[in-house]
Amino acid sequence: MRVATNNPTLNLETKYRREMWRKIRKDKWYYLLLLPGIIYFLLFRYGPMWGILIAFKNYMPFLGFWESPWVGFQNFQDFFANPDFFKLLRNTLLISFYNLIFTFPAPIILALLLNEVKNALFKRTVQTLVYIPHFISMTIVVSLTYIFLTTQGGFVNNWLYEHMGRKIQFLTDPKWFRPLIIIQTIWKETGWGTIIFLAALTNINPSLYEAAIVDGAKRWQQMRYITLPCLMPTVIILLILRLGGILDTGFEQIYLMMNSLNREVADVFDTYVYTMGITRGAFSYSTAVGLFKSIVGIVLIQLSNLLARKVSDISLF
Amino acid sequence: MVLRGKKSNAIRESLGSRIFDAFNYVFLAFAGMLCILPFLYVIGGSFATEGELTTRSFFIIPRTFTLDAYKYIFSTSALANSFKNTLIITIGGTAINLFFTVSMAYALAKKDLIGRNAIINMVIFCMLFGGGMIPTYLLVRNLGMLDTYWALWLPGAISPFNLFIVRNFFEEFPGELRDSAEIDGCNVPQTLWYIVLPLSKAVLATFALFYGVGHWNAFMGPLLYLNDSKKWPIQIILRNLIIASSGTAGLGSLVDMPPDYQPPAQALKLAVIVVATVPILLVYPFLQRYFVKGVMIGSLKG
Repeated sequence: MRVATNNPTLNLETKYRREMWRKIRKDKWYYLLLLPGIIYFLLFRYGPMWGILIAFKNYMPFLGFWESPWVGFQNFQDFFANPDFFKLLRNTLLISFYNLIFTFPAPIILALLLNEVKNALFKRTVQTLVYIPHFISMTIVVSLTYIFLTTQGGFVNNWLYEHMGRKIQFLTDPKWFRPLIIIQTIWKETGWGTIIFLAALTNINPSLYEAAIVDGAKRWQQMRYITLPCLMPTVIILLILRLGGILDTGFEQIYLMMNSLNREVADVFDTYVYTMGITRGAFSYSTAVGLFKSIVGIVLIQLSNLLARKVSDISLF
Repeated sequence: MVLRGKKSNAIRESLGSRIFDAFNYVFLAFAGMLCILPFLYVIGGSFATEGELTTRSFFIIPRTFTLDAYKYIFSTSALANSFKNTLIITIGGTAINLFFTVSMAYALAKKDLIGRNAIINMVIFCMLFGGGMIPTYLLVRNLGMLDTYWALWLPGAISPFNLFIVRNFFEEFPGELRDSAEIDGCNVPQTLWYIVLPLSKAVLATFALFYGVGHWNAFMGPLLYLNDSKKWPIQIILRNLIIASSGTAGLGSLVDMPPDYQPPAQALKLAVIVVATVPILLVYPFLQRYFVKGVMIGSLKG
């Protein structure tokens, strides 16, 4: 933009703008490299975000997006009034809660124990073994569960029948659903979860330990006064993220483990969205449920971040 | 006095400490074994007879050795077909992942690029909020990608997490090599292709494996988007074979079975698991080498 004036400020502005365009032209290859990625994000990440609007409409596929009528918060009202809502909330929260108590500390404990091992070969061997389940698909994990625990030839029930004269219906008894979910998650993710804690442990300044030993600290005291406090920031950050995802349960695992006999305790928000949306075609309604979940997640992350900052000076942002 | 006190302290400490060490070694060995025992049973059991499987409790070596299960699997084409599908999905998907991720990461590694911060913020926002299952499904459907592998490859083409780690790697790449290439007349893509990428093999391998394992294990994508049974990958076949046929009609068994359908024998199920898991276990040593290092670097920097 050329302005024929003697105004010094204006000329400076055009000079900067011309510099900017010159730089953009010089970097044109970089923008070309960016193009595929940007198109991807705009189309497949931001595109569906607009689709969230159908939660406020009564979306009918044959009418399309623009012609489907607006219904405001009707879908949300229907959802909260639905008796299923509390069942889903209860199931989701209970599973998350059990995960928090059992599967969250497990990698920390395992990392601490691994850290105490002096034999490098033993440590590496155990680590190699313990990472394997992470790479096994959840479908295989559930398949293994079915094969081992079935009452028709699974070896667990074979053993139980031989030694205690009875079989347990692990796969259909609602009592067993949550424990099985937790056991599966622990088996699959504990090993891999130790990585981030082991990395944090190697970052602890060894001179802290040396000083402590000189002061006469025993092993347990070193753990209590050096190791655990140094691990706290990592733990807290991961805890914040975990709390933010409290309504997330992982669709695949629940879907595969769920059947008509344990449905009462198994159905969670994620599977409800799938059943209502994909299987039954209630697109607007299920999108509303999904949106509810996302919003709660965002609010919870902010809240737990605030709480962490107040309590400990450590926070995610 | 102090010395004596210290000496008895030292002995007591090392006893308690040694007991702890003993328990620790035992516990950790147990934990390690727990991770592979299921597979030992599955492998051993796949070579066992049906009778042995339905009566015996846990074992690793079968009493009678038989190849019946494997003979049956390879006599039908369903499993082999799903293997082929999984391979196509994995290789095609990983190539697409790498193309999109590496190109964008390399461009974002240029720190003085105009608009860089805006783009980075755009990506970060995607990590916190997304469209969700239904809107994404509707988008895929409206783009006409239902029942094609594109529905598996495109919606997840870039993982923001991976993008940032690869970008960090490119940022640390020595600038002198790039500058000398440009002096020799390379433009930016040529520099990337001929100079930077050959020297980035470790990073590329890490993320190829990362993305690749994701595709190999993918279940939800195929479940949502693939209706044609000839296109189904291994995980779907596994689910149909083992979970859907367990006799408890339910959500996981929304598959039409013919009325005279007999649930497959235990040995058959074990053999299928072996066949589905062996590739991952074969690739595992490579995974371990690149993955753990990559995650550690990523977690330290993140």
